Amino acid sequence: MSKIMTMRDAVARFVPHGSSVVMGAALESLIPFAAGHEIIRRQKRDLTLIGPISDILFDQLIGAGCVRKVIAAWVGNVSAGLGHNYRRACEQGIPHRLEVIDHSNFTISLALLAGGLGAPYIPTYSLLGTDIPRTNPGFRQSLSPFGGEKILLVPSLQPDVAILHVQRSDENGNAHAWGNLGISEEAALASQRIIIVAEEIVLHQIIVSDPNRVIAPSFKVCAVVREPGGAHPSPVQGYYNRDHEYYHEYHRLTRTVEGNAEWLGQWVAEVKDRAGYLQKLGKERRQGLQLKEHRYAAPVDYGY
Amino acid sequence: MDYTPQEIMVAAAAREIRDGEIVFTGMRLPLIAFALAKQMHAPNAVGLFECGLVRDTPAPELLYTMGDPPNIAGALWATRMINMMGLLQRGAVDLGFIGGAEMDRFGNLNTSYLGNPESPKTKLPGSGGAADIASLSRRFVVIMAHEKRRLVERVDYITSPGFGDGQGWRKRVGLRHGGPSAIITTLCVFGFESSIGEAVLRSYHPGQSVASVRAETGWDLRVAEDVHETASPTAEELTIIRRYDPQGFWTR
Repeated sequence: MSKIMTMRDAVARFVPHGSSVVMGAALESLIPFAAGHEIIRRQKRDLTLIGPISDILFDQLIGAGCVRKVIAAWVGNVSAGLGHNYRRACEQGIPHRLEVIDHSNFTISLALLAGGLGAPYIPTYSLLGTDIPRTNPGFRQSLSPFGGEKILLVPSLQPDVAILHVQRSDENGNAHAWGNLGISEEAALASQRIIIVAEEIVLHQIIVSDPNRVIAPSFKVCAVVREPGGAHPSPVQGYYNRDHEYYHEYHRLTRTVEGNAEWLGQWVAEVKDRAGYLQKLGKERRQGLQLKEHRYAAPVDYGY
Repeated sequence: MDYTPQEIMVAAAAREIRDGEIVFTGMRLPLIAFALAKQMHAPNAVGLFECGLVRDTPAPELLYTMGDPPNIAGALWATRMINMMGLLQRGAVDLGFIGGAEMDRFGNLNTSYLGNPESPKTKLPGSGGAADIASLSRRFVVIMAHEKRRLVERVDYITSPGFGDGQGWRKRVGLRHGGPSAIITTLCVFGFESSIGEAVLRSYHPGQSVASVRAETGWDLRVAEDVHETASPTAEELTIIRRYDPQGFWTR
């Protein structure tokens, strides 16, 4: 049965107010910006955002007033600096107060790994002696029952939905992703359900020709959205490069509350959907992000 | 020869990488330091990137982030972040690089909150992988801007652990090894005296002095007996840095 639907329907049906949502699980690439912008347009409220670094997507959702709580290792603008909206929310309560649960990249990985394993927690030696447990009340310091050494217990996380941007998927959500994966697999397995956003919809035969490249079991996928260009300004290996300048423009414009409102108007509210966004971005700019060369992997033989 | 503070920092950072080491490469300047070290004195160094990449060759062009497509093409391994972190916790990583907004004399770093975390004066982006690198690598090197308000007596919040309150602290809190080995700033390079776990001025960059570094440091500065001027980047090093970052995005 096909799970293909529009981004509008996927967000309306599967990201209700108050949901906990993982996005940006691959770190700086494959960020589901199109999904985030639709969440802003649908004025979703009281979301809990979960992710490692998120780049500017979390900052945008916070600035649009969609977010109540952030469970993350880092929120900002990777190549340009701080996230102005995140700062305003934490320092001045603009647009409103945020609850921040601090993690490191390792502990957020472990929390989702535990969630996917159905385990209550996973121990680590990381963060011992730091102040991060002070701002993450879920962590427990303990002693290993085996060697007696100090350990930090990282409680599991089971988000409502993981939104993953991938290169290609079939219409049932059997999806191929390649490049570095960050915590995409952990996020998918930990979450109740998965929304797949794909650059291309391909035949089922193409996916099953290479099952090692599949990101998650499709029986957990609730929606498949075909959204070419849906990760811009983040890169998609084999499809388009990173639009570095976009991050800097965002950084400059969102320095003030007024500038942020202008940015949201221009790039989110006044465009109907991702196609409208790409049109606004313009042909020339999109061409500048095209691949300079192809680098195909050698085929592998699954014969028997 | 003329060069920028960032260029001497990249050259100094590259010199911290020994040949054959497994290096956790952070964001920004260390990305270039890794490329420089590979081409100079450490051709067998291997780079780990927390997003889930392993490389034994520098990316073919400038990286703005570690997840940029040129870093994935030609990688030795493209995988999950947890595998990178597992290598780190398992003790496989010789050296990690991290940046800092605020640091104290024991090499503790704060990239989370200035002021009270309940109502922070400034909310900084957070740990990312830095706290893990500082907790779990065999040694780590900090790269940061040198200003009196950043180099403070005690940080408000320890995001990434240095030597805590001095010698013996890491062991006491349960960290099994590691700690900072150098801090490279816009003005100087600090080393660490392991018996006290405290930063010691090792060298000042050309144009600086012990006095000028002291004036910009928020604690009572300790100075190494053999303090000297930081070696300027050589013409060859500058050529490599500028070939890699021709627009000077990170280095100008």
